[in-house]
Amino acid sequence: MRRLENGKSHRTRDPDRLRELARQVRVSIVKMIHRARSGHTGGSLSCTDILVCLYFAEMRHYPFQPYWPGRDRFVLSKGHAVPALYAVLKHSGYITQRDLDRLRQLGSILQGHPDSRRCPGVEASTGSLGQGLSVAHGMALAIRSLPEQPRVYVVLGDGEIQEGQVWEAAMSAAHYKSDNLCAFVDSNGLQIDGEVQRIMGVEPLADKFRAFGWNALEIDGHRIEEILDALDQARACRGRPTAVVARTVKGKGVPLFENQAKWHGKAPNDDELAQALRALGEPPAEEAP
Amino acid sequence: MSRTLSTREEFGRTLVRLGEMSRDVVVLDADLSSSTCTRMFADRFPDRFFNMGISEQDMICTAAGMSLAGKISFACSFAVFVTGRCWEQIRQSVALPGVNVNIVGTHGGITVGKDGASHQALEDIAVMRAIPSMTVIVPADAVETRKAVEAAAWYDGPVYIRLTREKLPVLYPDEKRFRIGVGSLVRDGDDVSLFGIGLMLHQALEAATLLEAEGVSARVVDLATVKPIDEDLVLRCARETGCVVTAEEHSFIGGLGDAVGEVLLRRHPVPMERIGVRDAFGRSGSPQDLLEYFELTPAAIASAARRAIGRKT
Repeated sequence: MRRLENGKSHRTRDPDRLRELARQVRVSIVKMIHRARSGHTGGSLSCTDILVCLYFAEMRHYPFQPYWPGRDRFVLSKGHAVPALYAVLKHSGYITQRDLDRLRQLGSILQGHPDSRRCPGVEASTGSLGQGLSVAHGMALAIRSLPEQPRVYVVLGDGEIQEGQVWEAAMSAAHYKSDNLCAFVDSNGLQIDGEVQRIMGVEPLADKFRAFGWNALEIDGHRIEEILDALDQARACRGRPTAVVARTVKGKGVPLFENQAKWHGKAPNDDELAQALRALGEPPAEEAP
Repeated sequence: MSRTLSTREEFGRTLVRLGEMSRDVVVLDADLSSSTCTRMFADRFPDRFFNMGISEQDMICTAAGMSLAGKISFACSFAVFVTGRCWEQIRQSVALPGVNVNIVGTHGGITVGKDGASHQALEDIAVMRAIPSMTVIVPADAVETRKAVEAAAWYDGPVYIRLTREKLPVLYPDEKRFRIGVGSLVRDGDDVSLFGIGLMLHQALEAATLLEAEGVSARVVDLATVKPIDEDLVLRCARETGCVVTAEEHSFIGGLGDAVGEVLLRRHPVPMERIGVRDAFGRSGSPQDLLEYFELTPAAIASAARRAIGRKT
């Protein structure tokens, strides 16, 4: 793993260090969305802890060699939460703060939704919901016989799994016994129009995946220890893919944003940013010169 | 009549040959492997064949994932399903990242015959052309099918290939050269250019024979790559013959006629007539009856040619 500016690798399985990394990633997320004046705040903050555990504790990947064939891969199927992905890519060393500052601007490598052709470390172009699980499964099938035995991780939204294609992919991944595939459902209970259970009920989620032939786990998606434990179980499971239903809070970490559907696709203004940084234990943002 | 060969079977044989050449070639199908002839590849390379069941959307995105991981994938089904059912998947997961997924739709056009409108793709070329970076190829015989499938495999980007259910007469010798984006002059002539694709290229050739009996010299051109269209060849024909006719087993909207028309409108307007299906669905019937019902016949092309020639100033 590339040595970062401070000379230290972020690679760790220490829950406290991962929690601190998650805090820094959340700070990056709210700052970049504030600067871009648009982006999806709530869903980025709800999947942050999962992404931090994947990129800094679980996945074998080398930011200085992003196309190494034996790498583990990550697909953000709920592509609108891409600020969280950009933030972990920045903290891993794939991209820089300067890139984060140009989120969603013309000519930026950081598009509003993930674009694998523009940004190193982004494995798949997503944003249209429901497709990422199939893409991840295609990768899993393609690399299953490599000597490094790479694994593929994917994060879906709980609103997203209303798309029928998710269940086509659930069927085929179980059919092909793709045990190198692990899907997280970032179950924050909210979608744009309101509560998931009120718009189009998706529960019981774990039972659905079990019925499709998956190994299904249910965890608190903000408890680092539970995420690491789920990843260990997924790696140990043979003959079927693993689904981790992660119960999360939309907007997690900033009380102002928490559990409110209106913060799905909204950017914080200056005042709200200041409140968010205070909640995250960060000194106020300095004005750009 | 000359020797006829199934383009689907030639496609299946070509896949097997590609599979022998490269371990990276993988094939996906949606429960139609005996009709699309991918069964041949499945029998030979069971580890590299993936039957995804009746789920075209999952099939396309799975193929995209495989190609993102370095594979050369072929995703195959009937033309109407593999372009229509999963159009947005093709746009988002295949074309946007620009991966080497080759989408092959067999049973294009009305000559699917008795299965009727639900199975007759008449809009597939239009919807595939509309996607940025997509290449669209409609081969006219078994030889061109083989060359097009090979070219698509080695071309690092998304390609749609449309094949027919019916066998087609063999037009080209084995040594025929095929390049994506380059059309072929099949028969020379001075009075009118007939642009055809797939089955309709053969109808255009017959039309040229009919016209010859009346003393009209018709040029016949195979524009197998509908996108990117061979602009230079289209322009040269328009300049040299002064009028053109397009012929396709596809809707009037968005197909070969529009592709040629866009070039002429922009660079060299000449009288142009179009043969195709007039904004309608297909229906059940024998292929020959349907060709006559929808006026996709040599006689229709010949009379369109006469109209075009009559409009020359």
